[in-house]
Amino acid sequence: MSEAIVELKSAVKEYVNGSLRVTAMRSIDLRIDPGEYAVIMGSSGSGKSTCLNVLGCLDRLTRGTYLLGGENVSDLTDDQLSEIRSKRLGFIFQSYNLIPQLNVLENIEVPLFYQGVSEANARVTAEKLAARMGLSSRLKHKPMELSGGQQQRVAIARSLVCDPILMLADEPTGNLDSKTGNEILELIDELHAEGKTIVMVTHDDEIAHRAQRVVTFRDGNIISNEWKGPPKS
Amino acid sequence: MSSMHPERMVKLAFKNLGQYKLRAGLTMLGIIFGVCSVVAMLSVGEGANQEIQEKIQRMGSQNILIKSVKVPKDEDSGNSRNMIASYGLTYDDAADMARYVPNLESSTPIKRLRYDVQFKARRLQTDVVATVPWFLRVQNYRMVRGRFLTSADMEFGTPVCVIGTRLARTLFAGFDPIGQTLTIDRDAYTVVGIIGDIAQSELAPQNELWLEGENQAVYIPLRTYIQKRGDFFTQWSEGGGVFEKIELYELILSINTQENVVRAVDAVRRVLKKNHKKEDYSIVVPLELIRQARETRRLFNIVLGSIAAISLIVGGIGIMNIMLATVSERTREIGIRRALGARRTDIVLQFLMETLILSISGGIIGLVFGALIPLVITATTDVKTVLTFPAFAVAFSVSVAVSVVFGIYPARRAAMMDPIDALRHE
Repeated sequence: MSEAIVELKSAVKEYVNGSLRVTAMRSIDLRIDPGEYAVIMGSSGSGKSTCLNVLGCLDRLTRGTYLLGGENVSDLTDDQLSEIRSKRLGFIFQSYNLIPQLNVLENIEVPLFYQGVSEANARVTAEKLAARMGLSSRLKHKPMELSGGQQQRVAIARSLVCDPILMLADEPTGNLDSKTGNEILELIDELHAEGKTIVMVTHDDEIAHRAQRVVTFRDGNIISNEWKGPPKS
Repeated sequence: MSSMHPERMVKLAFKNLGQYKLRAGLTMLGIIFGVCSVVAMLSVGEGANQEIQEKIQRMGSQNILIKSVKVPKDEDSGNSRNMIASYGLTYDDAADMARYVPNLESSTPIKRLRYDVQFKARRLQTDVVATVPWFLRVQNYRMVRGRFLTSADMEFGTPVCVIGTRLARTLFAGFDPIGQTLTIDRDAYTVVGIIGDIAQSELAPQNELWLEGENQAVYIPLRTYIQKRGDFFTQWSEGGGVFEKIELYELILSINTQENVVRAVDAVRRVLKKNHKKEDYSIVVPLELIRQARETRRLFNIVLGSIAAISLIVGGIGIMNIMLATVSERTREIGIRRALGARRTDIVLQFLMETLILSISGGIIGLVFGALIPLVITATTDVKTVLTFPAFAVAFSVSVAVSVVFGIYPARRAAMMDPIDALRHE
């Protein structure tokens, strides 16, 4: 068996909120293989967002281990986690999270900026991805001048710019109408078909049908982990 | 390791500042005023300082000046206002100085009187200084043309005179003064030289320092004057006359080295105390004036420095204020950047760079205005100002340093934010 992209072992996440101790993840085990398209479901407060933050190296486990692409990232420093985010992970958010004062190209280039990629190289990569997302005529536009669907395409282009080993999507269609939402989902399907490993948080059953694995959270536990088909290679 | 290129960080900072042009401008205003006021204050202070130093230096740091002073009449000295008043330094004093003052190099006696002087039909009132040949050296004056008084003039009491450049320009306008006859209160003198233009003294002609109007004075041999007029000075004015007997108006004692001046002053005081019942003299020690001027300047600098520091700190607080507002407004951006791989250091540097650009540009603008203000002051008033490189350097570097110090807190606050919270920020 090839090495897993994501491997959580007895992962525990606790928050201390004043005098209150909240357990968001109780001893979770989760494995996601290369090329998989996994969906995480669950009601709010179930721990799914916490799990996504942990997978995205934005948050650290209280106990347990997290192997990302075989590398133990549980005990890395803040700077090392930043580097992993910039080089190995791609984020797609519900509210796009583009930087308002930067234009389309500059937004796509942000992760490369922090990797120290030269301006000229970054520009070439960003233009290629923008073209692929159908944004060639919008390169100099600011996010405010784009539709929601276009903004999400910019965000997807940005998440692809460092050729990540894992793409994390947090309800990427939540702010879009169903038609535009579908276009975005098809784009994600396409990326999956190309071999990208994708983890998406959603509470929409329709969307869950597209995935190969559906992981359901409740009260910090995984209550089901359905495997619906082998990863396409 | 820094993953970001400095020039791209500068570019990014300019882009971000461009978003808030008005805000950036207002922030810079604080720094502009701070730097501007520091430069202006320092140059006015330096100007005042140089002017004083120059005047004192001209009196000579190795010299001791003794002047005759008219004391108020005593009750018992009679009611006649026509009585002859006799006071001041005497020839005996001069002789005693030569005997008792240690390390004395030269003693320069001076009679200084106001007379009407006349050339052809032109007439004006000015100082007539009757003195000795070495007066020129002791006072550090220079000859513009011709010669100064000589020992031969002293010996024979020749009726010659040397005039100041200003007098040469006014009284002798249109004529070459050398060889002309100048009439000093009915006595004829031949002009033999023009004494050097004394730098800057025209800037402050009303200054109370005793060197006033040197450019306007007439210099004649002491011997000649004594032969012609003696030691009595008579001048008629409305309601009476002035009858005075003063042997020497001033005496300049030159000591061989600065170190010996203090000891010499003590000797001078002793001699004068012994020879005079009343204190009808005053002693001016330029060396002491220099010390006092330095002390005054130190105080002045402390006051100026405090004012400058306050204005710069106010500017710094302005920067901190604006940067805090900017950081909280851009919380979301910070979250996004962190999620996309920015390290804490990258965020700190990003905001610090914005602060730095604000303070450097504000500093440069401040320097320009700060340099203009003294120029305007000097052009419109007769206050002397001096722009010095240290003033620029201090104002600029302190303002940049203050801004960076005040910029660190907002920048660190930005960097320490939890990326997850920052991303959720509305």
